[in-house]
Amino acid sequence: MAYIFLVPQIIELSMSVKIYVTGLGMVSGIGLDVPQTLDAIKNSRSGIGELTLFDSVHKGNLPVCEVKASNQKLKEDLQITKTTSRTALLGIMAAKEALVSAGIVQSPVRTGLISSTSVGGMDMSEKFYGIYKKDSAKGKLRNMISHDCGDSTERIADYLGIKDYVSTISTACSSAANAIMFGARLIKNGFLDRVVVGGTDSLTKFTLNGFNALMIVDKGGCKPFDENRAGLTLGEAAGYIVLESEQIVKKNNKKIYCELKGYGNANDAYHQTASSPEGNGPFMSMKLTLDMSGLAIDNIDYVNVHGTGTPNNDLSEGKALIRLFGEKVPKFSSSKAYTGHTLGAAGGIEAVLSVMCIEHQMIIPNLNFTTPITELGLIPETKFLQPVPVNNVMSNSFGFGGNVSSLIFSRV
Amino acid sequence: MEVFIKSATAISPQQTFSGHLPDAVTGVSGNRLSCIEPDYKEYIEAGIRRRMSRIIKMGVAAAVKCLQESGISQPDAIITATGLGCLADTEVFMNSILENNESLTSPTAFIQSTFNTIGAQIALMLKNHNYNFTYVHRGLSFESALLDAMMQISNNEASNILIGGIDELTDNSYAIMQRMGFWKSKLADHKNLYASNTRGSIAGEGSTFFVLSKQSSGNDPRITGLSTFYKPSGNEEVESRISNFLISKGLKPSDIDLVILGKSGDYKLDAPYRFVQNNMLKELSYVCFKHLCGEYHTSSAFAIWLGSAILKNQEVPVAAVPQNSNIPVNLALKRILIYNHYRNINHTLILLEK
Repeated sequence: MAYIFLVPQIIELSMSVKIYVTGLGMVSGIGLDVPQTLDAIKNSRSGIGELTLFDSVHKGNLPVCEVKASNQKLKEDLQITKTTSRTALLGIMAAKEALVSAGIVQSPVRTGLISSTSVGGMDMSEKFYGIYKKDSAKGKLRNMISHDCGDSTERIADYLGIKDYVSTISTACSSAANAIMFGARLIKNGFLDRVVVGGTDSLTKFTLNGFNALMIVDKGGCKPFDENRAGLTLGEAAGYIVLESEQIVKKNNKKIYCELKGYGNANDAYHQTASSPEGNGPFMSMKLTLDMSGLAIDNIDYVNVHGTGTPNNDLSEGKALIRLFGEKVPKFSSSKAYTGHTLGAAGGIEAVLSVMCIEHQMIIPNLNFTTPITELGLIPETKFLQPVPVNNVMSNSFGFGGNVSSLIFSRV
Repeated sequence: MEVFIKSATAISPQQTFSGHLPDAVTGVSGNRLSCIEPDYKEYIEAGIRRRMSRIIKMGVAAAVKCLQESGISQPDAIITATGLGCLADTEVFMNSILENNESLTSPTAFIQSTFNTIGAQIALMLKNHNYNFTYVHRGLSFESALLDAMMQISNNEASNILIGGIDELTDNSYAIMQRMGFWKSKLADHKNLYASNTRGSIAGEGSTFFVLSKQSSGNDPRITGLSTFYKPSGNEEVESRISNFLISKGLKPSDIDLVILGKSGDYKLDAPYRFVQNNMLKELSYVCFKHLCGEYHTSSAFAIWLGSAILKNQEVPVAAVPQNSNIPVNLALKRILIYNHYRNINHTLILLEK
């Protein structure tokens, strides 16, 4: 085997190396793959429904957006027999689809996996912990070994045979956008030729209760950017894209979905969980990303907003949109009324959706919207549009700890 | 790619917060090491300190002191790394779900359980709006953060970066990992930790921060190389990785003045270290560090702290020298190689130079 290690082959760093998206994969409450996702988007079919995955007092009270497949079904489809967290199973499913769609069977080039997650193997650990708490000698250890965030990443990497570089990022709800950013940097700096990037998170009692304790879960299902929005709907998903360097893409004459033209990360530094009322952080991440892309504000055709449906996020993000785009706020929508807020996976599936908008020249409707937010007056796109010219898409992901990230994908 | 270590701060199970490793090793009579925590009053305001859990205080205090010593008030990026994050907060919230049957739970512990809490709290305290990342990949968490920082500094995207590795041990994480066989069942004596022929290591924790910089302020040690690899096929691959790493730096083993090995005391897991010591790195002087800080995901940050102190002071602390290792007295210390691995899965090579 060839030893590839972290010394750049290209000695002169070329930060101007172009990064292309060559593969897509996602699994969420609206579909187990990209074609199913597209069908749900076109038909305005949301995945939000009742909780079935685990017992909870919130069942029937708090809606969620579950992936419509049991762990057993996922394991059968993937031919996995070992105890595996749902987070890892979802991740394997989506990352596998991404690699297949990129036409990669054997991997002769330096390939990495940068994955993100906010819960890691918590879906298994919480099964363990209840039993352990009663008797510390009890509880199956195999349910606990996947607790850390790196476990799901290594299981995905091992399943797909990726060995050259693996890492995991966890910055709450901006995690996957940051995984995409780090992956792109590794290619630009000559460490990798190809990298699978994105994130995965499964629904857990831990997160459902956490967001419920924060009183930001909408009992009627999320209504992003609506005046009467009352919080988010928790979802689960995994979404990955394959990034490849210009050099490899040209050499192999590959199908290109689009170019990753810009990325930016900043910190709102306002509050551990709340966004600043003026949208300082969101404004900064969007501005940084736009500057890196070299595009002008009127080049952006569509913004896939973070739009969680919490009163705080949508107001802050809306203000930032107005600060950046002024009178010319582009068409925008939140896809979270379809998929729920999938936390550490959100930036991954929304990157996939953004790329799909370019590929299919379409715009995703913002479901559940009726009344604009008074302070903003912004109206998201509420109808499925196709064909519509979509050359440049901005995707936003914001998280706890003031972590804000944006990405720009451009048609080639 | 090289960066200068402008300042280094470690809260560890040893008295390291002052910047020096004392000769006497503390607290290693058992198989669990706990950090010696500083007086937080000097570093964190009372109002916010009260709400912080132990790991957050350890992280923030080390970061604040590290920044003070570097003279950098606003770093261009804040990059943190943790294997298991804020475990105590996670447990508090899990207990609250169980005890209150999912009702009347307080969100505070949930909020603080997020993996990027420490990086976020530092940004909040400094009102720092710059790049803020958290890496959470087992034994490559700190290494990923370091690679990110080195790339940004090399590309002139940043001049000064605050980077830290933080992990805490709780009673439950210790007990669960004990059941998994991670720790020695019999109490280990630090003096012969590495000579034992039993399984398991000693549990540890730590908070280690650095300000990495494009420019040196005089005597600063440099990180001149970083290479990581995943699940090597065997000891031969480890050796060939080390060999390639040195070749890529134009070096041969004899150019290395001192090796810092991440031996954990687990007879089986330490096999790759023994192999390279008996082969490629034969004849080289070495020290170990896990009898000082214990085994944890971000322990290589502690190894860099130790290596950086050795280069700066031109002295190998007695406490780091294991039995049966001889360090020549008038050793000129120019170049240190760190080789560490976490459970033979995530392997790390780091080159430090004066």
